[in-house]
Amino acid sequence: MSVRTPMTLATIEAEQGLRAALALAPEEVVATIKESGMKGRGGAGFPTGVKWGLAAEAPAPDGVRYVVCNADEGEPGTFKDRVLLSELPDLVFEGMTIGGYAIGSAHGICYLRGEYVYLLEDLEACLARRREAGLLGRDVLGSGFDFDIEIHLGSGAYVCGEETALIESLEGRRGEPRNRPPFPVVSGFHGAPTVVNNVETFAWAAAILARGADWFAHIGTDRSTGPKLLSVSGDVERPGVYEFPLGVSIREVVEAAGGGEAKAAIVGGAAGTCVPARDFDRAISYEDVSTGGAVIVVGPWRDLLEVAENLQWFFVNESCGQCTPCRVGNIKLLEGIRRLRAGELSRRELDDLVGLGHTMQIASKCGLGQAAPNVLLSIIEHYRAEVLGHIPVGAR
Amino acid sequence: MTTAPALGTPGMPGGPAVTDPTVTVTVDGHEVEVPVGATILEAAEKAGRRIPTLCHHPDLPDVGVCRICVVEVAGQRALQASCAYPITTPIEIRTYSRRVRQARQTIVDLMLAEHCGSCQTCGRNGNCELQDLAEEYGSDHFRFGHRTEPTRLFDTLGPSIRRDMNKCVHCLRCIRTCSELQGVGALGVIGRGDSTTMSPYLTLPISDVVCINCGQCINRCPTGALQEVDDTDDVWHAIEDPTKHVVIQTAPAPRAAMGEEFGLPPGTPVTWRLNSALHDIGFDKVFDTNFSADLTIIEEGTELLLRLYENLVLGDSSRPVPQFTSCSPGWVKFLEHHYPQLLPNMSSCKSPQQMFGALIKTWYAEREGIDPADVVSVSLMPCTAKKFESGRPEMTDSGHRDVDVALTTRELARMIREYGIHLPDLPERDFDDPFGTATGSGVIFGATGGVMEAALRTVVELVTGRKVEEIFDHADITPVRGFEETRYAEITLPDELGPVPAILDGKVPDWDWLKGATLKLAVVHGTANARKVLDDIVAGGRFSECHFIEFMACPGGCLGGGGQPIPTSVEIRKARAQAIYGEDAFYGETGRVRKSHENPAVLRLYEEFLTDGPCGHRSHHLLHTEYTPRGTYIATNGRGVGDGSNR
Amino acid sequence: MTMLPTEVVQDNADLIEAIDALVARYGNDRSALIPILQELRQQRRQISDVAMQVVANRLGITPVDVQGVVTFYHFLDTKPTGTHVIHLCRTISCAMAGMESIATRLENELGISFGETTPDGFFTLEWANCIGMCATAPAMLLNRQALPRVTPDEASELVARLRAECLAQRSGNGANGAAHGSAHGPADGNGAPDRTSGASGPPTGA
Repeated sequence: MSVRTPMTLATIEAEQGLRAALALAPEEVVATIKESGMKGRGGAGFPTGVKWGLAAEAPAPDGVRYVVCNADEGEPGTFKDRVLLSELPDLVFEGMTIGGYAIGSAHGICYLRGEYVYLLEDLEACLARRREAGLLGRDVLGSGFDFDIEIHLGSGAYVCGEETALIESLEGRRGEPRNRPPFPVVSGFHGAPTVVNNVETFAWAAAILARGADWFAHIGTDRSTGPKLLSVSGDVERPGVYEFPLGVSIREVVEAAGGGEAKAAIVGGAAGTCVPARDFDRAISYEDVSTGGAVIVVGPWRDLLEVAENLQWFFVNESCGQCTPCRVGNIKLLEGIRRLRAGELSRRELDDLVGLGHTMQIASKCGLGQAAPNVLLSIIEHYRAEVLGHIPVGAR
Repeated sequence: MTTAPALGTPGMPGGPAVTDPTVTVTVDGHEVEVPVGATILEAAEKAGRRIPTLCHHPDLPDVGVCRICVVEVAGQRALQASCAYPITTPIEIRTYSRRVRQARQTIVDLMLAEHCGSCQTCGRNGNCELQDLAEEYGSDHFRFGHRTEPTRLFDTLGPSIRRDMNKCVHCLRCIRTCSELQGVGALGVIGRGDSTTMSPYLTLPISDVVCINCGQCINRCPTGALQEVDDTDDVWHAIEDPTKHVVIQTAPAPRAAMGEEFGLPPGTPVTWRLNSALHDIGFDKVFDTNFSADLTIIEEGTELLLRLYENLVLGDSSRPVPQFTSCSPGWVKFLEHHYPQLLPNMSSCKSPQQMFGALIKTWYAEREGIDPADVVSVSLMPCTAKKFESGRPEMTDSGHRDVDVALTTRELARMIREYGIHLPDLPERDFDDPFGTATGSGVIFGATGGVMEAALRTVVELVTGRKVEEIFDHADITPVRGFEETRYAEITLPDELGPVPAILDGKVPDWDWLKGATLKLAVVHGTANARKVLDDIVAGGRFSECHFIEFMACPGGCLGGGGQPIPTSVEIRKARAQAIYGEDAFYGETGRVRKSHENPAVLRLYEEFLTDGPCGHRSHHLLHTEYTPRGTYIATNGRGVGDGSNR
Repeated sequence: MTMLPTEVVQDNADLIEAIDALVARYGNDRSALIPILQELRQQRRQISDVAMQVVANRLGITPVDVQGVVTFYHFLDTKPTGTHVIHLCRTISCAMAGMESIATRLENELGISFGETTPDGFFTLEWANCIGMCATAPAMLLNRQALPRVTPDEASELVARLRAECLAQRSGNGANGAAHGSAHGPADGNGAPDRTSGASGPPTGA
C-alpha cells in the first residue's frame, strides 16, 4: 500500500486512549492535550488543547456542542487522511469521542469529502461496531457519557475544508466561509460551540491520551511537537504516506521518497509554498515551513510556471466566489501566469501581479483566498531569473 | 422562508445581544467606547474616521465580501473587514496604512476589471459607488484589464427592473434585500467562483419568477447593474405628438424626495415647484394623485364598513376581515404569490394610480370633450411596481389602458434635467382642475401608516357623525404613525354614533352594531414584515382578529419606494416622512381640507359621475378590481436549466 | 417556499414520492438539503427543475436557494449524467504523472469534451480536482470509485468494456433505453421516460 514508514498510530492499542480519557475529568483531558503541545494537523497549526478549552468554556444555550471531524481532505497532494480513514478509522473516531468528552459534547459529525464516498460503507460499519461495543452511543463504556457520530458526505468543494465553510455546508448551504469572529468554538454548527479538527488531529489525540502528553511533547521541536504524517507525491520513486517527527528537514523527506534530483518541493499543497532544492535543509514545522501534510516533489526537468498554472487554475475553480480578492484575483493571477508563459507579460505587469498576490494574502475573506497566491509568489521569489526570462526583452 | 440567512452570515453568539456592556477600541490612536458587539466600522465612525464601504448597507445584515473596508487589527496578520467584525474585547485598529491603502487600491482595480460597461452610457453615471471608489483611490488605468464585451446576462424583459449582470460587482446587496429585507426570495446566488451570478431561479427573466417588482434591490445596488425600466422615451414621444393630450398625476412620495435628485437635502418638499417643471416640459395638465387617494379612502372605507356589516351582522364571511389595503402593487403581487388563499381579504379597490387612470379616460375625457384614445395618461410614482400594475391586463376598465406610462421619481428627474431645468429655481404652481384640490389625507398615503390614518379620519367621522378632531388632536392619529416594523392599534368607538350619512345611503341601515365596538388595526411595511403578520393570521394569531390592516411593500411605505432617489437609509426615509406629514399639517394650517370625504372634487365626482355612490355599480366597474392567485411555483416550460452564460 | 400546482403534483408523482421518502429519512430541516440532493442525484442521475422546486417546497426554502446549493458543489448538478460518470483528476500530482494523455484518450474514445455526456447517454466526462490519489497518479473516479495508476490503454479498454455492457443491457431491455439520447434538458417532469436503470452502479471488479 502507500504507507511507506511504520505508523506510530497503528501501534496504539484500541480503546486505551478513550479509557484513559474517561478516567479523567473533561478539563484534565483538555489539559493533557494542551501539555502535549499538539497543534492542528490540518495545517493552520492552532493548538488543539486551546481550541478544545475554548469550546468547553463557551456558553452553550441548550448545552449542545459539536465535535466535527474535518475529513474534507482536498488540499492537492494530500492523502494521509484517506489512508487513516481506510486503515485506522477506529482511532479517528476514538479521538472524536475523547474530544466530545473533553468539551461536553454528545454529537460528533464526520464531514467526509464527496471524493471519498467509497469509504462511506466501511466507516459506517466501523461506527456500527463501535456502537455495538459500547464505544459510542449512550453511556460510553459505562462512564455515563453519551456520544455518537454521524457521517455527513461532502459534495465536491475544496473550500469546505475551511472550517466555517464546512459548517455552512453542514447546515445545507453553499460552502461560503463566514466572517470570523465569531469563531466556531463560540458559534459554529447551528450557532453552538463547535470544535472542528482534522482527521489526523483526532487520531493523535487518541494516541496522546493513550501514551501520555510527555511522550508526544518529546517528539519534534519545542513549538512543533509530535510526529506528523506526510503525503509525498510528484517526481519521486516511492510516493506515499510517511511519518516523521516535526522539524524534519525537507531533504530527509524528499530523499526517503527517492526524489534525489528534485528541483523544488511544493510543501503544503496548492495553499503551501514552493521550496527550492537549495533550501531543503529547512524544517517542516509550524515555525518554519508549515504543512497540512503535502509534499509534492518537482523534478529538475519541470517548468515551475506550469506547476503554478495548474495550481492557480485549481484555485480559480475552487474559489467560492464570495469575496473580490479571491474571486477576481485568482482569475487575474491565472491570466498573468499564462501570459508570462506566452512571453506576453511586461515587467510592470509582473510587479502588479505580485502586488495583487500580497493583497490576496491579507485581504481575502478566508484561508483559501489568502493562500491562493502562495505558490506563485514563492516561485517568483525563488526563481526570479527563470521567471524574468519569460519576459520579452523590450518589456523588462 | 423559515430560516433566514441564505448567506454566510452567522448570527452573533449568544452573549452580545444585550448591548449594555461596552468595550474600548483604539482607532488610529484615539480611544472610543462602543457597545460590545459593535463593528469596527461603527467604532471608526464614532471616532470620526470614515472607512470606505461597498457591500455594507445600513438596511442590510453585513456579509464582509467586497473587502474594501479592510483595516489593520493589531496582532492579526490579515486585514479584517470592518463592517463584519464585531468587537468583543479591547482592540487596536488602524484604518489606514500602506498595506490597507494598497489592498483597497487593488480591490478597486479588481472590481473595475470585472465590471463591464462604460460610465458615460450608464444610468448611474454620477451616482455610482464604484465610480466614487475609483475616483477616491486614484484608479488611472485598468491595472488588471477590463472586460470590454458583455458576456453576462442583461435582462431587459421588464416590466419594472432591468438587470445587467455585466455591471455586477457581487456585493450581494440585491440578494440580501430580496431575501432578508423583503422576504421575497426572487434572487439568489447561483454558481461558484468566477461564474457566480446573482440570479433568479434558473436564470429566468426576473419577470418570470416571484419578483414583486418592488425595486428595493435597485435602491441598494451600488452600480448600474440594477436599474428601473426606462419609459421616458414614451413620454417624450407623447409630449412631442401634437395630437396627444398628455396629462400627469403626481403622487406625494416622489414630491417629498425629488429634491434629492437636484441636490436638496432629503425631506425638502418640491410639490408646487414640480408642477411648474411639468408644465414647462410640456405636460398639458398636472393632477394630484391625492385626489384619487381621497377617492380610495371613500371607496375602501365604505368597503371596510360593508365588510364589517356583512361579517359581524349578516354572518356572511365571503368577503372576510381583516380587510387588507390594496394600494401597493408590490404588496398585491406578494400576496398573489405567497398567500393566494388570503386574496379574499384584499380590498377590491384599485390603487389611487389606477383609479385616477380610469377616471381620466372616462369622466375627464368626456368633460373636456377629448377622445380618450388621444389622452396619454402618465403617472409619477415612487414605485417600480407601478409599471407592472399599469400594465396588468385587468387595468383597462376605461376601455383603454388606464395608465399609459408609470414613471419613477428617478426617471422624471432625468427628464427635468434633460430639459435643462433646475427644479429648485422654479416658481410654485397649483395643480390643475378639475382634480386640483386634494386633502392632507391623500398626502400621507406616501408614508407607512398614512392610508390607515386617512381611512380612520373618514371612517370615524362617517360613523360617529362627529369631528375626528374631537377624538384625536388636530386629527393626527399618531398611534399608526412611525417606522416600527408593525404597529398595532385599537380604537374604541363611542356608545353614541351618528346617523348613516347621505353618501352611504341605503348601504347599511344604521350604526347600532358598531356602538362601543373596538376597531383593531395594524400597519405593516416591508414584505418581510408582512410575511410575519400573514403567518400569524394563517395561524389564527393576534393579527387574525384585526379588522383592517395596511400593508406597504416597501420599508417606510411609498416614500421608501423602489423608484425613489438613491441612496436610501432609515434617516433619509424619516426625512421624507417629515416632508409628507409637514404637507398634511400645511393643509391644516392653511385651512385646507384634511379629510378625504370632505374633498369637494371627490364629492362632485360622486354627484356627477359615480352617482350610485361608493362601491356602487359604476365605481365597481371603474375603481375596483380582482386579483390573480399566482402561487410560487415557477412554470419554466423547460427553459433555462443553465448556468447563465447561455442566455 | 414553493406551492405546487395540482398538475405538477399529478405529472410528477414518482419524483415527488421519491423526494418525500428522502424527506422522511433526512427530515425537513435545511441541513437535510444536501443529503437529499445527493441521494436524488444518485437515484435519478440529475436534479431537475421540478425536483428543485419540490425539494424547496418540502424544506420551506426558495427554489433559487436550492439551485444555489446545487450549482455550488461539483457532485450536484441540474444536468442529467450518463450511465457512467468519469471524473479525471487534473490537479498537480496527476498532471505530473501523465493526466494529459489520459484526458486526450478519453475524449477521443468517447467523442466528447470534458463536461459533456455522450449522445448515447452512456458516459459523462468530468474533471475532478485533487481526489487524494496522488501517490498512485494518474487517477480518476469511475462512478465515484477510485481508479489508481490509469494508463491510456487502460482508459480505452475501460470505455470499450463499459460501452459493450451498456449496449448489451440496452438491447436486453428493448425499447426502454431508446429515449436516452437527449441527455440535456431536465427529464423529470418533461415526460421523458425512466433512465435506463437506477441500479447501474459501478461495475464490479473495476
